[in-house]
Amino acid sequence: MLKQIEGSRGVAEAVALSRPEVICAYPISPQTHIVEALSTLVKSGELAPCEFVNVESEFAAMSVAIGASAAGARAYTATASQGLLYMAEPLFNASGLGLPIVMTVANRAIGAPINIWNDHSDSMSQRDSGWIQLYAETNQEALDLHIQAFRIAEELSLPVMVCMDGFVLTHAVERVDVPAQEQVDAFLPPYEPRQVLDPEDPISIGAMVGPDAFTEVRYLAHDKQMQALDLIPAVAADFAAAFGRDSGGLVRPYRCDDAETVVVALGSVLGTIKDTVDELRDEGMSIGVLGLTSFRPFPLDAVRTALAGAQRVVVLERALAVGIGGIVAANVRMALSGISLHGYTVIAGLGGRAITKASLTRLFHEAVADKLEPLTFLDLDRDLVERELRRTRTTRRSGPAAENLLRDLGTRVG
Amino acid sequence: MERVRFYQIGSYAAGNRLLDGELQTVQSDTHRTNSLNSGHRACQGCGEALGARYALDAVMRATGNQMVAVNATGCLEVFSTPYPETAWQVPWLHSLFGNAPAVATGVAAALKAKGRTDVRVVGQGGDGGTVDIGLACLSGMFERNDDVLYICYDNGGYMNTGVQRSGATPHGAATTTTPAVGPQPGNDFGKGKNLPAIAMAHRIPYVATATVADLRDLEYKATRAMEFRGARYLHVLVPCPLGWRTASNETVKIARLATETGIFPVFEAEDGEVVAVSKIRKRRPVGDYLQPQGRFAHLFGATPREDVIAKIQAEADRNVRVFGLTDPEVPVHGVVS
Repeated sequence: MLKQIEGSRGVAEAVALSRPEVICAYPISPQTHIVEALSTLVKSGELAPCEFVNVESEFAAMSVAIGASAAGARAYTATASQGLLYMAEPLFNASGLGLPIVMTVANRAIGAPINIWNDHSDSMSQRDSGWIQLYAETNQEALDLHIQAFRIAEELSLPVMVCMDGFVLTHAVERVDVPAQEQVDAFLPPYEPRQVLDPEDPISIGAMVGPDAFTEVRYLAHDKQMQALDLIPAVAADFAAAFGRDSGGLVRPYRCDDAETVVVALGSVLGTIKDTVDELRDEGMSIGVLGLTSFRPFPLDAVRTALAGAQRVVVLERALAVGIGGIVAANVRMALSGISLHGYTVIAGLGGRAITKASLTRLFHEAVADKLEPLTFLDLDRDLVERELRRTRTTRRSGPAAENLLRDLGTRVG
Repeated sequence: MERVRFYQIGSYAAGNRLLDGELQTVQSDTHRTNSLNSGHRACQGCGEALGARYALDAVMRATGNQMVAVNATGCLEVFSTPYPETAWQVPWLHSLFGNAPAVATGVAAALKAKGRTDVRVVGQGGDGGTVDIGLACLSGMFERNDDVLYICYDNGGYMNTGVQRSGATPHGAATTTTPAVGPQPGNDFGKGKNLPAIAMAHRIPYVATATVADLRDLEYKATRAMEFRGARYLHVLVPCPLGWRTASNETVKIARLATETGIFPVFEAEDGEVVAVSKIRKRRPVGDYLQPQGRFAHLFGATPREDVIAKIQAEADRNVRVFGLTDPEVPVHGVVS
């Protein structure tokens, strides 16, 4: 059914259609609208049987999900930013215990300085948590990925994180197709846990493992993620067959086949990049886009195949690995080992800075001319940074001096 | 499940087996199964192993074995489940140090969603996991009144990591992070968390304290706790021979001294009000409790710290006064039956 609704509402409806039995959440911007909608659906009795647990922290939210999932219930939660970091410990635990929890991450920057706007610092920081990470490009894809996420999680017995850009997607009102309950029921069978806490057949979950087997256990966790490289496209194909909509998968190439330059990116910025690429194609530039839907597991082969014919790759990402540069770029580089091409890392849109078509056009022209620095910060105000660097040579202080930067900006405008 | 083994061969004395059925202890029931099997790796004389088995066996009997246990990281978890072995005969889940109450909430929520109201949930952990790192999760569980019995086995320190201080370490006690050096040796005064009181402040249906010195009382309280729905809290004093530096055959005796001196008040509370206390028949000075323990040895050295002992005595006196632990004193607070 076509609806003109907020992204958060669409995700809440997709989650509700997936029939979770336990939802636990702690509110944090920009995730709040999702759990508000779900709490209303549960409290009104529209979503039943389901328990909505209001917890005291994200640490508790993930812990409740762990308990619920181990007891055989389909469990869901949602978070963002600081909240995701606060649940880092149970996050690793959920994947280590092989519990198929599904979680939305409404992507947001991490402080300090505190910033509520969108980038991918939060989910990227948890890239090694053992969770599958899928990134939505549009609200329709966010909705569709949630339904697929439950299938993937439960077939593998591994938790799945569906990442969607905070505000840009969560708070945007768009037209989405919300499937019917019967369609989702046919696609998503009830959760059958591989092992469950059952008084009739007692088992111990979460035992201690020493050096004699820990490496092997971790290898198996890696192997399970590698299995997801086959499962994710298979579930996407099933989804396309059942819902008549192409959504999900590992990577989504756009005008890549003959492209000399390929831009790699994830999330909602892909829309802006595709529009820019279309315009540059009209100008005769040989450029394409490779969208990553699955970041964990990282689809090395698919990325390698998509980039094999290119002369240069520009990885545009919305998180910064401080002290080295790009997170996604490092992964892409791994996929390209042995292939010789120019690689550029572009850090863009941190803390909600707009990524405009004008900036992208400039950027891609520089890249195609091979005039780009290996590591570029899109739209970085160099004057501002250099004034502050000069100031720090005379004034002893820690911290980012954000108020100085803002004051300098103010004087410039004034 | 494995049938229990009795160690007292040829005697009918153990566990009141000569009494009528309903008066017999859980442990004297030949049809019961042990929640925690023998063969685990607890230290000799471990109060926590003893307390946990008695408490959970009582819950098993009260629920007809329809129970799930959730465990915090700590001694109880480490000594019972070195993979691939497990000493647990009940469905058991361990996640982390600080989240056992929340994980138990999740199990309870799942069971509720599935309509399994017959299966009950017990969360458990040591004092580190309970009064310190897990306190926020525990308070949340209390506040929501989730249908979980949480049991804290209090041995007054982080014994699993080598005897460091916890929020439940008693005043004056030496641990590896509150060493017996300097002008104020041992754990500082004016610090410490009274978790039974914190639990009562949440007005949850049932709060009780117990020790491994009175196992019949512990069984009673675990059983009584299962008669309530909602959040319940049981705080059990479990001496640790390693951390307290006591002889391994003195665990029960030391626990008894904790109650007889008034150091550890044993009581029950419902809906935030004390409803019953275990009276002290013959009260003893705190020195009797402190002296056998190596963690208080610095108070009894060449220059005895009478001042510190007096402060600990004052704390015991306060317990006696507040809870009305001795007759004919009238309690200052609470409704005592």
